[in-house]
Amino acid sequence: MNALSKDMSGPLALFANRLNTLAGPERQAAAGALARTGLPDRKSEAWHYTALRALGKQDYAAPPAQVDDGAVRTLLDGVLCAHPAMAGLPRVVFVNGRHAPAFSALPDDVDLAFFAQAPRFGLQAAPDRDPLVALNTALAEDGLYVRVPAGVDGGHVMLVSLGVAGAEPVSFHPRHTVVVEKEAHLRLICVQAGQGAYFHNPVTDIVVEDGATLEHVTVQTEAAQAISLGTLYAHVGHQSVYDSFVLGLGGQLARHEVHARLGATRGVVHVNGAQRLAGQQVGDITSVITHVASDCTSRQTVRNVLDGHARGVFQGKVLVERIAQKTDGYQMNQALLLSPDAEIDAKPELEIYADDVRCSHGATVGALDDDQLFYLRSRGIPEHEARQILIDAFLDEAIALVTDATAQTFCRAVLAARFAGKGDVA
Amino acid sequence: MSQFLEISGLCARIDADGQEKQILRGVDLSIPPGEVHVIMGPNGSGKSTLSYVLAGREDYEVTAGTATFHGQDLLAMEPEERAAAGLFLAFQSPIELPGVNNANFLRTAVNAVRRARGQDELDAVAFLKMAREAAKALSMAPDMLKRNVNVGFSGGEKKRNEVLQMTLLQPTFAILDETDSGLDVDALRIVAEGVNRLRAPTFSALVITHHQKLLDYLVPDRIHVMARGRIILSGGPELARQIDQEGYTKFLAEVA
Repeated sequence: MNALSKDMSGPLALFANRLNTLAGPERQAAAGALARTGLPDRKSEAWHYTALRALGKQDYAAPPAQVDDGAVRTLLDGVLCAHPAMAGLPRVVFVNGRHAPAFSALPDDVDLAFFAQAPRFGLQAAPDRDPLVALNTALAEDGLYVRVPAGVDGGHVMLVSLGVAGAEPVSFHPRHTVVVEKEAHLRLICVQAGQGAYFHNPVTDIVVEDGATLEHVTVQTEAAQAISLGTLYAHVGHQSVYDSFVLGLGGQLARHEVHARLGATRGVVHVNGAQRLAGQQVGDITSVITHVASDCTSRQTVRNVLDGHARGVFQGKVLVERIAQKTDGYQMNQALLLSPDAEIDAKPELEIYADDVRCSHGATVGALDDDQLFYLRSRGIPEHEARQILIDAFLDEAIALVTDATAQTFCRAVLAARFAGKGDVA
Repeated sequence: MSQFLEISGLCARIDADGQEKQILRGVDLSIPPGEVHVIMGPNGSGKSTLSYVLAGREDYEVTAGTATFHGQDLLAMEPEERAAAGLFLAFQSPIELPGVNNANFLRTAVNAVRRARGQDELDAVAFLKMAREAAKALSMAPDMLKRNVNVGFSGGEKKRNEVLQMTLLQPTFAILDETDSGLDVDALRIVAEGVNRLRAPTFSALVITHHQKLLDYLVPDRIHVMARGRIILSGGPELARQIDQEGYTKFLAEVA
């Protein structure tokens, strides 16, 4: 039986050949949900500011079985060379959504498995509510499963996702799972890069058990023609910490969507980020932080630097359930617009049902400060360099929130390499 | 014709809330090399505007007059070109730069100026050695190089940071816009010593101040009184003492 045979028109037709050959109840159910809802358009509240029109312009094939190793090596070197410490870190490399063992350097202290051998869909993802998660569920081929055993410090793990597309656009839909068991610790650095036109649609299911800590930094440097739409679920236990940061730089259209759930008391969630976009880029940082237990803390600081015709989207919802007394929530979105045609759409939302909470949010938009520019120039610093210093400083105040020192340095190095010779003062 | 700084008939206005306000109304001022000149005058007389116009702030529109520096048309130069040519303005209210490390800022500025002057850039080690020595001479805490530029600095620390920048950038002409304001006596002496160390036959300064006190440490060659956008009176150092005792009223009445 095929749940999709009824309606494969519209954007779904792009994936039709692949959706028709699905096995397993999860995939069938997801494909069925997708057939009912279709891909979201701007009438959908969650996608009001980010149109998926770009997705519908081309067909996406399954990635080819063989990929040019030279291209992969070049991309990987580009990632690892950004900062000398990176080459020494354990890494799991995916190429077009499939594990590439030849390029990986697997870690020792953690338990690894791969979706291709043992599919795990996790319990948090909601294919019936989120069409992109449904698409991932239907088409996922591979993905990383990483588990840090209780009490273990798993050190660093890099998850490198490389897209390599030739003449024909490809899509890949990796399904990752991260479990940090009780009192364990992991520093996860996800890096996304690639070349050509591809659609990267990862779903990541994260569980941080009681007393555990996950420091999670995502550095998104997708190819200029790439579309990258990632969804991430994090369940945070008692006295555990999920501390995340995303640096968004690449892609023509990118969305980093986080659903974090503070499910037990005294949990801490940070969903921080920075993006720097130019040209026609659209970058979307969307989050839903749900407090369902008392005495939890959530923090969100996102900074955007937008040039050219770039558009930044920030949607941040903090939902505090009635039971979640003594919640401490903070959310701030700030944007620096470098051109009259750049745009930021910010939608901060607090939805609070408890009566004893401390929650605040805010948003700012502005241009570079004339007084600061003049001060720098009066010290002999040429205008373009002065501008770059102020832009770097604006972003750096967000990057300073990254608690893992290696990841923090990596973020700075990636930014410096990308905007080299434009006033880096390091 | 002066070989150093020559200001003639300088007029400037600012567009404030849609209204054009004439602030400088024909400033004539000539400063020879190796001299310290002082401008005094009541609030609103145009002292700070003169300093901003000379440093190249874009908010002000020069409507008439000329200013030449080392024979170059100062008003045609970008602010960074003026700095490279040897002009330095110590801000009355130094600007805070959140997220910009003070040492990096200083090194970027020093190397930008060195580049423009055809000198080799300094590497991080050589620069830090120089900066630490200069900071120490100004009795600045060593951590002020590590902090963000002027962020969380006290008023006195900001003023010392201005003098530190001046020391490192090695200007031939410095404008000090009320660098003494808000300083206690010890800080005043340290700042004045910082300026005195730069004194040389090739270095001149224009000091804007309200107080005789600074001039006890920084002995001037000439005093100018500014009022309503013009220099109305010039004299020797004794003029500052006279103003300190008698105020401006008498002088303003004389030229009215």
